[in-house]
Amino acid sequence: MYEHDVLIVGAGLAGLRAALESIEAGKNTAILSKVHPVRSHSCAAQGGINAALTDRGDDWKDHAFSTIKGSDYLADQDAVEIMCQEAGENLIELENMGVIFSRGEDGKLGTRRFGGQSVARTFFVGAITGSAMLHVLYEQTVKQNARVYEEWFVTKLIIEDGVCRGVVAMDMHTGKLEIIKAKSVILATGGAGRIFEPSTNALICTGDGLALAYDAGASLMDMEMIQYHPTGLAGNGILLSEGARGEGAYLLNSEGDRFMKVYAPEYLELASRDVVSRAEQTEIDEGRGVDGCVLLDLRHLGREKIEERLGYLQEVATEFRDIDLAEQPIQVKPTMHYIMGGIKTDSSGATDIPGLYAAGECANVSVHGGNRLGANSLLDTIVFGRRSARAAIEYISTVKSHSTSNVELKNETERIKNIVDRSNGERSATLRNEMGIAMTSGIGVYRDTASIEMAKNKISELLDRYPNTSIDNKGKVFNTDLIFNLELKYMLDVALTMCIGAEQRKESRGAHYRTDMTERDDANWLKHTHVKNENGNPKFYTSDVKITDWKPEIRKY
Amino acid sequence: MVQTAKEIVQITIRRQDPEVDNNKPYYQDYNVEVEDWFTVLDALIKIREQMDGTLSLRCACRASICGSCAMRVNGQAKLVCKTKLTSVLKDNKVTVEPVGNMPVITDLTADFKPFWDKMHAVDPYLKPEEEAPEAEYIAPNEDMVHLVGVMNCIMCGACVSDCTVLEVKDNFLGPAALAKAYRFVADPRDDTETERLENLVEDGGIWDCTRCMQCVEVCPKDVDPMDRIMAMRANSLKKKMNKGYGARHANAFTSLIKSSGILNETLLILKTKGFFNIIELIKLLPLAIAAQLAGKRPPFLSHSIKNKDKLKNIFKKLEKK
Repeated sequence: MYEHDVLIVGAGLAGLRAALESIEAGKNTAILSKVHPVRSHSCAAQGGINAALTDRGDDWKDHAFSTIKGSDYLADQDAVEIMCQEAGENLIELENMGVIFSRGEDGKLGTRRFGGQSVARTFFVGAITGSAMLHVLYEQTVKQNARVYEEWFVTKLIIEDGVCRGVVAMDMHTGKLEIIKAKSVILATGGAGRIFEPSTNALICTGDGLALAYDAGASLMDMEMIQYHPTGLAGNGILLSEGARGEGAYLLNSEGDRFMKVYAPEYLELASRDVVSRAEQTEIDEGRGVDGCVLLDLRHLGREKIEERLGYLQEVATEFRDIDLAEQPIQVKPTMHYIMGGIKTDSSGATDIPGLYAAGECANVSVHGGNRLGANSLLDTIVFGRRSARAAIEYISTVKSHSTSNVELKNETERIKNIVDRSNGERSATLRNEMGIAMTSGIGVYRDTASIEMAKNKISELLDRYPNTSIDNKGKVFNTDLIFNLELKYMLDVALTMCIGAEQRKESRGAHYRTDMTERDDANWLKHTHVKNENGNPKFYTSDVKITDWKPEIRKY
Repeated sequence: MVQTAKEIVQITIRRQDPEVDNNKPYYQDYNVEVEDWFTVLDALIKIREQMDGTLSLRCACRASICGSCAMRVNGQAKLVCKTKLTSVLKDNKVTVEPVGNMPVITDLTADFKPFWDKMHAVDPYLKPEEEAPEAEYIAPNEDMVHLVGVMNCIMCGACVSDCTVLEVKDNFLGPAALAKAYRFVADPRDDTETERLENLVEDGGIWDCTRCMQCVEVCPKDVDPMDRIMAMRANSLKKKMNKGYGARHANAFTSLIKSSGILNETLLILKTKGFFNIIELIKLLPLAIAAQLAGKRPPFLSHSIKNKDKLKNIFKKLEKK
């Protein structure tokens, strides 16, 4: 049996940042991930990371206000204050570790402007910011000789006496299930984009941590808040960074108009993502789209700027669409990209369950509320990755080592054996595709009572069909067929909480826009929605949003 | 989605399973209905999701940034998510195999342990000597933009897969790890350039590359590992790290050309290995005899070219640079 002080599940930016903090504090730390750390989906973040650096005249309060306004006042303002105040220190630390951030002429860090921000405060590495940061944090874990359970897959959290004491996980190389005991567990498993089809997310973004926490009885909060990115590629949904618009790219409709001037006269293409995605969808729905898309036009930026500052976008456009961005506009459409919702945590990353922490996209602190601003997610991962580790370290000083029962290991072994032994059932992918289509049409950019109900009914139906699925691969070694089946269950569980959140929130706020209830209702719904698993049944409740200095106002861009 | 043409293609996959038939590799054909926008990865995913769930492969982002899906397609390493199926089909057929120069776990899933071990061996992290400044390091943007070219490396292993040196020499650090090393050698914030280069001129390091260009050819992210290796060679020679055979070979080559304009291969060997390095020279005897028998032994003596002055001017100009 394995045993650690702090076990971090997930090795993207939040997980690695948490790990470094814990290792540097001298704790027995381990990182567990179903993929090698550098394969984590943080690598796909393109545009940058926000921070208000005070030494060049920026003000964290302005960043905080932009974030809160962007969230449509659903973010907890105390948490936003922490994130924006700590941003500068965290950014400089990353630079000092080796991230090759773009510089200005004076050799200091350079910026670009991002959506929903009043000034340029986004620091970046070309259009590979996430990858460049992830690789540097990985380098630091190599330097620290970190223990990594590489290509291990968690199937269950071990909760004893109401306290999290570790996980049951499968070594994908041997197929063997093991107990990994830990005094504290930090979930940093990222998002759940594959619940939708299409999505900008990697195939590994299957909501594992969310489902594990939900199963263990933690609350999932504001799960109806699904971000549709304004510039996904039509078809498979590959992302084109907001950095393009940050550098000055236009959005055009079929008539060649910069239609954002109608929807956001001041911020234009750099309004918040929910606003831009709705504008695009309206243009498309009203017949001013191009093959169900709008056009992203970078031509006026010139080849040199495109290739130096947006090189990866040019690569994506060329490789996947045979389009040279310096010569031709490219078709884009709103594409599912991010979940603002997640495992409810306090501003230290603590969940409802003692010993269980969460950070990054799988967590909801909540700093993004109803809509996340571009380049705030990388910041979220770094700030709250670190904070969650600090809190976990403090917590374990009060925890003694416990013996752990083998019950969960036996149950999980039995459950997985059943999946492997079943035959002639439906394929996992059949159910996953039905889920993806239902969720995209039901919980889309626009939604209403009927569409939400359709999605929820579909998910309930798929949950009923899930026990009859079967897999082809009966082997032990790197059985991805089995992993997909386990992930499918995770996604279905999480999808149901999204449907419940959407069904219950009877207003329009942030990314949750109901065509049958188009107004924001602060009197009744300045509230977080929660879904919690009680004896196998989802229980819904709400809690108040924390307001500090910024009273809700009408939101205009 | 745009309406597209569909057709059936044959995808041949090298398969292997330690639990089946003593891990013996075999090839399996799949006839797959594909659309003209499919990548190789799209086709592989279709196989494993709809036809045969036993097929094992790694993939994640689908957008050439996570580095999971390097494989050999028709014998050459490619990132399959950014490889259009139409670009590799021959008579509507294509063969997919795991990356080379690494053991196979199962099917298309390779064991990257040797890859990561070498990556870790180059101390892949920034080593500043002094305390970090209070704010960011001041650094020229050109240097950072130059480094982005190397940071584009997604560690997919395509270069290592097709490296011809690694096929015959296990301890070669290989193109990916050496490109990573260059990323720190060239970083103005790193204070250990000399120490790093001193390690890299050792056996298994930068002088083992034969400049076959495979890594440059197959790199899906234009990292140009070979160019980075050559840049480090130049740096190490500037720092007078002349001891190893690689450096001596380069120096001997230059001095022979400079003095006569013609490469005397016999002298090149003697100068590289050392005139009195009897053991090494004896080791070369079989090669010399074989060359003699094949009539390909280079002459012991060679004359100089005409117009040596022109040559000297070229060298003068180059040395000024």
